[in-house]
Amino acid sequence: MKYIEEFRQQDLARNLAAAILQAADTDRDYKLMEFCGGHTHAIFRYGIQDLMPDNVSFVHGPGCPVCVLPVGRIDNAIAMALDHDVILCIYGDLLRVPASGRKSLLKIKASGADVRMVYSTQDALKVARDNPDREVVFFAIGFETTTPPTAVAIKQAHAEDLKNFSVFCNHVLTPAAIQNILESPEVRDIGSVRIDGFFGPSHVSSIIGSRPYEFFAEEFQRPVVIAGFEPLDVMQSALMLIRQLNEGRHEVENEYTRVVTRDGNLKAQALVAEVFELRRAFEWRGLGLVPYSALQIKREYAHLDAEQRFDVPAISASDVKGCECPRILRGAARPTDCKLFGVVCTPDNPMGSCMVSSEGACAAYWSYGRFRQPAPEAGLEDSEEAVA
Amino acid sequence: MSAVARPAPKRFPIRLDLKRGAVDMTHGSGGRAMAQLIEELFVHHLDNELLRQGNDQACFQVSEGRMVMSTDGHVISPLFFPGGDIGSLAVHGTVNDVAMSGARPLYLSAGFILEEGFPLADLQRIVVSMAKAASAAGVSVVTGDTKVVERGKGDGIFITTTGVGVVPPGVEVSGDRARPGDAVLVSGSLGDHGVTIMSSRENLEFETTLQSDSAALNGLVDDMIAACPGIRCLRDPTRGGLATTLNELAGQSGVGMRLREDAIPVKPAVTAACELLGLDPLYVANEGKLVCICDPADAELLLAVMQAHPRGQDAAMIGEVVADEHGFVQMDTSFGGSRMLDWLTGEQLPRIC
Repeated sequence: MKYIEEFRQQDLARNLAAAILQAADTDRDYKLMEFCGGHTHAIFRYGIQDLMPDNVSFVHGPGCPVCVLPVGRIDNAIAMALDHDVILCIYGDLLRVPASGRKSLLKIKASGADVRMVYSTQDALKVARDNPDREVVFFAIGFETTTPPTAVAIKQAHAEDLKNFSVFCNHVLTPAAIQNILESPEVRDIGSVRIDGFFGPSHVSSIIGSRPYEFFAEEFQRPVVIAGFEPLDVMQSALMLIRQLNEGRHEVENEYTRVVTRDGNLKAQALVAEVFELRRAFEWRGLGLVPYSALQIKREYAHLDAEQRFDVPAISASDVKGCECPRILRGAARPTDCKLFGVVCTPDNPMGSCMVSSEGACAAYWSYGRFRQPAPEAGLEDSEEAVA
Repeated sequence: MSAVARPAPKRFPIRLDLKRGAVDMTHGSGGRAMAQLIEELFVHHLDNELLRQGNDQACFQVSEGRMVMSTDGHVISPLFFPGGDIGSLAVHGTVNDVAMSGARPLYLSAGFILEEGFPLADLQRIVVSMAKAASAAGVSVVTGDTKVVERGKGDGIFITTTGVGVVPPGVEVSGDRARPGDAVLVSGSLGDHGVTIMSSRENLEFETTLQSDSAALNGLVDDMIAACPGIRCLRDPTRGGLATTLNELAGQSGVGMRLREDAIPVKPAVTAACELLGLDPLYVANEGKLVCICDPADAELLLAVMQAHPRGQDAAMIGEVVADEHGFVQMDTSFGGSRMLDWLTGEQLPRIC
């Protein structure tokens, strides 16, 4: 397939692996954070870690929109579906995210709530047009990549005067989150988490460009390489990061030049700016309240804001006891450090959000099973019983 | 299809309106309307001697040896899709489940659950398609049942088929017989059916020239068994796809598997659709493919036999069985790394971004 297979070639991967082996200084190690869940997924799916020398490792970041959504927001959505009898349109990833009280959207759907899986904002608009007597809420979620389509839907609904449609906005911003990680005590003061450099997001950067990363590359003296999602992109970017680190540079470099420019997609940015404004603060699972890290719908479009229409309260719900998602999302723990992992928390029965999306670190660890390749620990049978 | 008397002249003076008519509650009531539906639609198209007898059951001779029985419910949406429909699928699904034991499928039963208001024209189209599929597979639908549920309590039509077949002497095919060193073969490209269904769902229409691979595999299995009666395992990778099927077999046999991603046939259009939707073709359903595990010494011969059959032209050897007490299915990726193929979790859901 054009533009896909070219970036998955084994001979090129071997050459890159050799170049990385040669470039990596054996007297030190390299801890590289992939911010995006898309990169986490690629690393596991293609077995990229197998092609890296032992002293180059990946630290998985919080760039999975489902994983960072706090429990309270799912609780809000459940309340809208149950108490206000709305048709809730969601992306499929959200169905299994655990909410408070052992609920999930999948469970309330099974018990009769009208939760519908859609593939685009256009589907949600169609549901609203087809059901003029019902309130239809679109659960908008995602980083900068999915924001422009939501903006389009809001503008369309406004233009059509679609009175039964509204948007529950959960769009979050990447640069604010990366900055928050770098400012976290674990990274900055205690030094218990070492992050030497970042793989910058690919799809997000196609919208926002590479410029927004320049500030913190300089401020925090960490190199950033914007990397595509294909496995060769990840390897090439790893090599670029290693070279920057060897040379003591901390610049923003762009490996994903076939898509990302320095300025990004100006038209999409303008569209987003027209409909959304910065939220003063938004809660991220794992990171807590992060200032100016999310978007809300502007006053001109407030009539299409589900939070206003249904008077959605701010709920601060807590995660399942023992769930390490918060630390995993900050790169401070690995999935296997969590006591619940694989015991009571599996993709079939997720207790934490990182086990839900295929981009979540826990789901990737579980599904691609690297942790199981050495023989599992004794007592696994007990734990399997616990799962059953 | 129960309790039908031999057709008498003018028994039903007004014929069923198969163009504009719809199923109503009387079609499941056991009365005259049901008898007419059975006679003019089911018996008319699925016609065979046993069905024509009009008993509540089919009575037939059995040969000596072992018989196989399997059942499968079909609840697919949409009902009609490129390459097939719920009717042909209901025949292929059960014929294949019977054939995967190495047996020759002989007879099917069919249970129909119809929703009030379901167009008779669609029902006729489905029954005609079943008849065609059964005839092509060399099996007969010999008994059946019809029920009607109120509007809103079904999804148009559900079909459950049960099949019986006979295992030829000397054939021992079972999911627990894989041994380390055995070869793993597939009969063709993976994911065609699942991607076709997804592409034709109402809320996800995208254009593709793909067709479902829905097909009866008993002819292919006949050829394979004739060439190599010692085949160890056969299974059709339907829901959950290849990855899930191999995990089942690994678990049953207490072995692991090692696959080569390069060797697994997947059509470019399937790869492309899966890229778009964030799915993995190895977890996508198939309805006309089989996985075969055999002694490595038989692998080349079997592969040649499969490739010579129209249902196995793209057959390939994709890996081998290895000793592994944990029953892991692992794969050497085309990229040069390795990964594990676990069971399918939940449903395959598209990713957000």
